[in-house]
Amino acid sequence: MSAPSNFDEFLDGIWKQNPIFVMVLGMCPTLAVTVSAVNAISMGLATTFVLGASCLLVSLLRHSIPKQVRIASYIVIIATFVTVVDYAIQAISLDLYEALGAYIKLIVANCILLGRAEAHAAKNPPMPAMLNAIGMGFGFTLGLFAIGCVREILGAGKLFDISLFGPHFQPWVVMVLPPGGFFVLAGWLIVFAAFDHYKTKRTLGVQA
Amino acid sequence: MSDAPEVKTPSFAMVRTLGLVSVICGIIIVGVYQVTLPAADANRKLALERQVFKVLPTAKSVVTYYATEKGIVAAAGLDQPPAGAVIFYAVYDAAKKLAGIAAEASSAGYADQVRVLYAYDTEKQAITGIGVISMRETPGIGDKILTDQDFLKNFESLDVHLSADLQSLANAVKTVKHGTKSGAWQIDAISGATVTSKAVGRGINESTQILLPRLLPHLEKLRSPS
Repeated sequence: MSAPSNFDEFLDGIWKQNPIFVMVLGMCPTLAVTVSAVNAISMGLATTFVLGASCLLVSLLRHSIPKQVRIASYIVIIATFVTVVDYAIQAISLDLYEALGAYIKLIVANCILLGRAEAHAAKNPPMPAMLNAIGMGFGFTLGLFAIGCVREILGAGKLFDISLFGPHFQPWVVMVLPPGGFFVLAGWLIVFAAFDHYKTKRTLGVQA
Repeated sequence: MSDAPEVKTPSFAMVRTLGLVSVICGIIIVGVYQVTLPAADANRKLALERQVFKVLPTAKSVVTYYATEKGIVAAAGLDQPPAGAVIFYAVYDAAKKLAGIAAEASSAGYADQVRVLYAYDTEKQAITGIGVISMRETPGIGDKILTDQDFLKNFESLDVHLSADLQSLANAVKTVKHGTKSGAWQIDAISGATVTSKAVGRGINESTQILLPRLLPHLEKLRSPS
């Protein structure tokens, strides 16, 4: 079996191994910051940067890091890029920094990051390691955006702060509260499972 | 379980690797901190001015001070605030005349801390406006403190004058049940959002009880800053 191409590495995280809808990882920011589409995209891109940069450095140092101290090294590297993102967001927009709150710092505890460093970046050259990590990051961003859109549209009657239904729309407040995150995530997981079921059935039908 | 025997790594190699990773990461963190610091400071200053100008519309410039038990001191040039100091902002209009004082009040609301910035009028000895710095109250319920016009009317002239000995407020600021306000120092709560309304009242009371006795004896210094 041939090694996957760089493009396959990139696409892996976006669809086949989507961290939210397939692997169900990183649920803390998924449920907490997706009250609006802007917050969702910002958190997704921040995580993508940390993923890409930390996996690149882990891959570059993979031959120098002994197995016994690898977890400590990966965590220090991940924490470094989370700190970088934290400072960068403060410099870009204080409103965004306030909106994302403690969840920027909590990227360090996102299991997608250590998972990618340990399972992929530590075993692959820099280019595929980084592309796989960025693909995962975009897949994570896509998942957050899908949830954030639904919650903002139903919970505030807006998308990207633009009113969609006029002044008479009664917002579904529950959608911007924590239970709304669970409802919308469950809805999307059902859609993905149904699609997967349909695809499997079709493949089996073709083979028969 | 892996069949491959574990490779023995010398202790020095492990320490050297951890040291190398720490040095690389340290350089990245300090470098980014230094590069982003001016922009982050400028953003913080802008955000503060935006908040202050919202509660004191005639404001043109803001000077940050610390109030301690010994007096007031300008924040400019101080690396650390003095022990036990309360931060406040002296606000000046276009003619460089003292337009008012702004300070932060904070108290626990329904979901998290409710942080508000209030404007204090030194002539009227009253609070003349509030703006929310941050809160995570329930949308549609607690966040009415931002939009409920009847609630905001409480802060057009909320009495916070000091007692004769200048040691405390003559009447403590208190949030009362909706429709039962009887004094200029009381805040009429929003019906259905009492917890958040009380948090605002409690925060303002706690802040003014500490700040105003320290501030009022030194008003002349603020009116004619050197």
